[in-house]
Amino acid sequence: MDALDKLENQSIFILREAYKKFDKIAVLWSMGKDSTVLLWLARKAFFGRVPFQAVHIDTTFKFPEMYEYRERYAKEWNLNLFVGVNKEALRRGVNYQNNDPVTVCHELKTVGLQQAIAQFKWNGLIVGIRRDEDGTRAKEKFFSPRNIDFEWDYKDQPPELWNQFQTDYDRDAHVRIHPLLEWTEIDVWRYVERENIPVVSLYFAKNGKRYRTLGCRPITKPVDSNADTIDKIVEELRTTKVSERVGREQDHSQRYAMQKLRAKGYM
Amino acid sequence: MTDDRRQTTDGNDAIRIVFVGHVDHGKSTLVGRLLADTDSVEPARIKNVEAICAERRMKFEYAFLLDALEEEQDQGITIDVSQVIFKSKKRQYRIIDAPGHKEFLKNMISGASTADIAILLIDAEEGLREQSKRHATILSLLGIKTILIVVNKMDLVDYNQKVFENIRSEYGKHLASLKITPKAFIPLAAYFGENLVKKSQKMPWYSGKSFLEILDDLETPHSSEDKPLRFPLQDVYKFDKQRILAGRVESGVMSVGDEIVFLPSRKTGRVRSIEKWHAPVETKASAGESIGLVLEEQIFVERGEIACPLSKEASVSNSVLANIFWMGNKHLEKGAKCVLKLTTQEIECVVDSILKVINSSTLDEISKTAREVAKNEVAEVILVTKKPVVFDPFEEITETGRFVLVEDRQVRGGGILLKSVERFSAI
Repeated sequence: MDALDKLENQSIFILREAYKKFDKIAVLWSMGKDSTVLLWLARKAFFGRVPFQAVHIDTTFKFPEMYEYRERYAKEWNLNLFVGVNKEALRRGVNYQNNDPVTVCHELKTVGLQQAIAQFKWNGLIVGIRRDEDGTRAKEKFFSPRNIDFEWDYKDQPPELWNQFQTDYDRDAHVRIHPLLEWTEIDVWRYVERENIPVVSLYFAKNGKRYRTLGCRPITKPVDSNADTIDKIVEELRTTKVSERVGREQDHSQRYAMQKLRAKGYM
Repeated sequence: MTDDRRQTTDGNDAIRIVFVGHVDHGKSTLVGRLLADTDSVEPARIKNVEAICAERRMKFEYAFLLDALEEEQDQGITIDVSQVIFKSKKRQYRIIDAPGHKEFLKNMISGASTADIAILLIDAEEGLREQSKRHATILSLLGIKTILIVVNKMDLVDYNQKVFENIRSEYGKHLASLKITPKAFIPLAAYFGENLVKKSQKMPWYSGKSFLEILDDLETPHSSEDKPLRFPLQDVYKFDKQRILAGRVESGVMSVGDEIVFLPSRKTGRVRSIEKWHAPVETKASAGESIGLVLEEQIFVERGEIACPLSKEASVSNSVLANIFWMGNKHLEKGAKCVLKLTTQEIECVVDSILKVINSSTLDEISKTAREVAKNEVAEVILVTKKPVVFDPFEEITETGRFVLVEDRQVRGGGILLKSVERFSAI
């Protein structure tokens, strides 16, 4: 088995544990490369199907290419898709002109997700975060509990030994399941290539620029790049000195921004 | 050195190494410096730490590359495990930086449980401390056999050989009593990079190699593929007409045509096919593979059962001898009810007898007649289970010889199974 096989097998094992242990479970899909790989792994785990809801918490500020992609593959992969929008916040005028990125992220993503959870009562949420994305995500567990207020108690996390995960919590809590935790950005691209998984075209360079991550259009900046194939992207990532989320404004608007966002329930 | 050492998982899988030792003995500093010296972190992350240190009016703190939480930086300690990847010229490593503070022992255990190799750090100036010894005990219980000892902060003792030799002799004895033979003792000054990546000029008396060179020389861990087949059932799917038995091969190899027996039910079947989606058709699956199994016969089996070859069955017992470590705030008492989780089995059990309780730091036996196991202590116990547990002695098959104990829904203990024993008292 090579490294990708090992990662794939471990992720499948985690997905199957999650499906067995939680009666109300959903997977978050942002149409980005990571959560798309996650859907693919779910199809691997469950022999071609995603046997739970796929959820897009939509800020309504995404790129048009992402919306096209969502419609196409939701149909092609036969997804049970729910699109959640925090309409109340949008009515109040929350947007990137009026508010700072941390506020918009909190309102439209975290609160948007809270509303969806209140509606569907999920007790397990599968999320495609990776440890190499930032220092606080590096501290995450595969099965990571959130209390009723969505808070992450990073100072007292359940131990995870030998693939034994704590899955039994009070009904008002939910557990974030992180099957991609051990993957790196390059692993994800290698896997996309190996499995021939379709991804949003914005990842590939056009006129000297490409998007390394995809978020809300007003606060997501492309990087300088000529990588228009996966091989070139991998080559670029091997030598780059720039971190993946450099183009994501909400991470950098204040010190410990990610820790603060995440402690309150951000992905 | 080339530039090609950043976060990649091309080719071979990363070896997992855990750094353990007493609080403040410099684990995160060593790891941070290692990342910086091997060019494994982005300059932006180093700049961010520079800015934080300037704000806090302190010298550059390598540990902050890992200790990203605000509380960790305020207090200068590691609270929970970080994982980062780095690549030497030879191969790739996944580093697990575990907390050294006693309060966070469960996080240390959680992190160390996944490691192939452990690095134990000792502060040259402070010498052996409580956790230096305790962590060694835990490593031996976790079954981690490849261990390196780093005597860190040699700069604080003027790179004095005698200090190093004294620690080596004292710690060597402690490790010997745990039957641990470290692969090397390395004198090192992590903050200054002495003996870390390159050999230091400051310690001419040291004839060994640098830390990274020694790490690169260690053998890669090998898989349990050559052991008898153990396939714990994870779930049974019936999405369409076919019944698929889902699970991961924990050890050995399963091939189409094999006759297998599920324990403890003793139902048997023949492997018709090994199922995967969007993958080439395989006629065998080996240790580590998550697969779907379709049998020739329709038999009713449930999650928790373990498929074995008829010729090499696992042990099945209601009463087992185990070495455990306890992480719960509340003591584990004789007669306590827990849930034993071993692979996908979850079985109610009772702590039937506590044979021996050991202070995990001093290794002194606490009492001959102990009736409870306190937090952070280790013990030899007999567990009596409500339903039979399927297992192998830990020394024979690692994956089916280790378990956790759940009490009040929380994982509070863990351990390894030694053998099946006669029941001492009724459950």
